Amino acid sequence: MSDTFVTAAPHWTWFIIPYFFVGGLAGGAYFLAALLEWFGRPEDRPVIRTGYYVAMAGAIVSGALLTVDLGRPLRFWHMLLQSERLPNLMFKPWSPISFGSWGLLLFGGCAALSTLGALAEQGTLQARALKALHGGVPARLIAAAGGLLGFFVAGYTGVLLSVTNRPIWADSPWLGALFVVSGASTGAATLILLAPRAAPRRSLAWLSTFDRNALIIELLLIVVFLVSLGSVARVWVSGWGLLLLVGVIGAGIVLPLRPHFQSTGSGAMSELAMVNSALWVLLGGFLLRLTILMASEGIQLHRVAGT
Amino acid sequence: MPEAMGFFTDTTICIGCKACEVACKNWNQLPATNGGVTQLSGDSYDNTRKLDGTHWRHVKFIEQFEGPYNGRWLMMSDVCKHCVQAPCLEICPTGAIIRTEFDTVVIQSDVCNGCRACIAACPFGVIEVNHVSGTAQKCTLCYDRVGVGLEPACSKACPTDSIQFGPIAELRERAQRRVEQLHAQGETRAQLYGADPSGPLGGLNSFYLLVDEPEVYGLPRNPQLPTRNLKKSAMFSVASAVVLGLLGLVGLRKQRMDERARGGGGEGEGGAGNV
Repeated sequence: MSDTFVTAAPHWTWFIIPYFFVGGLAGGAYFLAALLEWFGRPEDRPVIRTGYYVAMAGAIVSGALLTVDLGRPLRFWHMLLQSERLPNLMFKPWSPISFGSWGLLLFGGCAALSTLGALAEQGTLQARALKALHGGVPARLIAAAGGLLGFFVAGYTGVLLSVTNRPIWADSPWLGALFVVSGASTGAATLILLAPRAAPRRSLAWLSTFDRNALIIELLLIVVFLVSLGSVARVWVSGWGLLLLVGVIGAGIVLPLRPHFQSTGSGAMSELAMVNSALWVLLGGFLLRLTILMASEGIQLHRVAGT
Repeated sequence: MPEAMGFFTDTTICIGCKACEVACKNWNQLPATNGGVTQLSGDSYDNTRKLDGTHWRHVKFIEQFEGPYNGRWLMMSDVCKHCVQAPCLEICPTGAIIRTEFDTVVIQSDVCNGCRACIAACPFGVIEVNHVSGTAQKCTLCYDRVGVGLEPACSKACPTDSIQFGPIAELRERAQRRVEQLHAQGETRAQLYGADPSGPLGGLNSFYLLVDEPEVYGLPRNPQLPTRNLKKSAMFSVASAVVLGLLGLVGLRKQRMDERARGGGGEGEGGAGNV
């Protein structure tokens, strides 16, 4: 038996599961928007703006979920400042929660600036100072920083789980990589769903192809993750294991991948198929977080052995 | 500088009276659970079952029985191990968990915000949230008592001296002598758990004398720091991000090349509803 089985569950459940999902897709959406900001074309602007809006909304929802989940929500700032030695900063680079708190804060800052730029670009906000936040070098630099932070926000949650002593989570170092890829695939799916219908089809096609590649890598990483668990993998012989197989792999990866390999004729997917796939990807991304968290949370042995 | 202080728990002389549990609850004013009504475990004479935010001491009853008359009880008064390299302290993002001048590990309840990272980090399952305070809590090794020269409440109350309190160096010598005594008496399974400063987590400042394997007592054989996974996990994450970034760039480039091969602008290509 792995040593991880004699530990206590932290009860990271009904606020943390949606946070992991929302944080992942927000990070993925910003990353994709940043990639288009740097290497895309002017026609990609509607998708880029959507990416920034998704990231902004995701950062706000993430912060709210994390705060509500705390035992003492009003002390959320203790993650950032030393409460006994104000105004010293609280930062432990080797603690994923500490690092992640700062990462999410900075990601939210980049998303906010990019969102302001996008709103100014659309004419919703008129202030002259906001001009620098879209189209120019400052906007691209913010996008570069936010894109990297987006990947960080998507992936650090998996690293956080591995840097514990809990079963499944601490028994594999692959959760961070898996969450990065899942964040990217759910981010792409969100952009496909939310990008204005006026967006050029080329942008959506790029997102769809990216999503296909991310899903293939995700499938491979799930296999690697399960193999890396060794003897601990037997915990998946459970309801959560069934959900992982049917919900995450079946509905969330295989089902949305199918149309990509069926539309061989022109190499194109109908918009309906694309939207349909995106919905399944989002469901799979949520179920991935649900199963990974709950499969471990459910292991709460009474630490009285020998019976 | 005060000496490193701790507990040596000799499980061979624990009688399972739970006086330590009561003394701990009493001194630390820990709330009753279930409205004070005893909740029977139903499958053991031990009704506390585990350490948590309101049970900082717990006497484990390890009931090794094959039939009603053939077996034995192992009893062990469990508590925070006050690890020399403490996983909870390492991972706590608020700085609420500190090392005291007595080399013990204490959670400052007024700093903790209840994120529960320490619960997942502890290799012994010692810490949980106290639902009255909303913060993570565990044994403080009676920091308030030790600071004024008193013995912790649990060891003070222990009627058999199964729990012994004192300077760690002295306790280790005493524990070694006890192991030799037990070996001489024929109890060859007697062994110390957590007494070796070169062992896992730099040794435990609350260590044990056991007469069976650690797993039998619900103790990890090789407790480790959670950050053992940090480097590898972070590297794999970065690698996957790089691969995805490259795939995104390759996708954009391929699109442009396809468009060029077709002779220009991509906008409006494909039939209605197709991309």
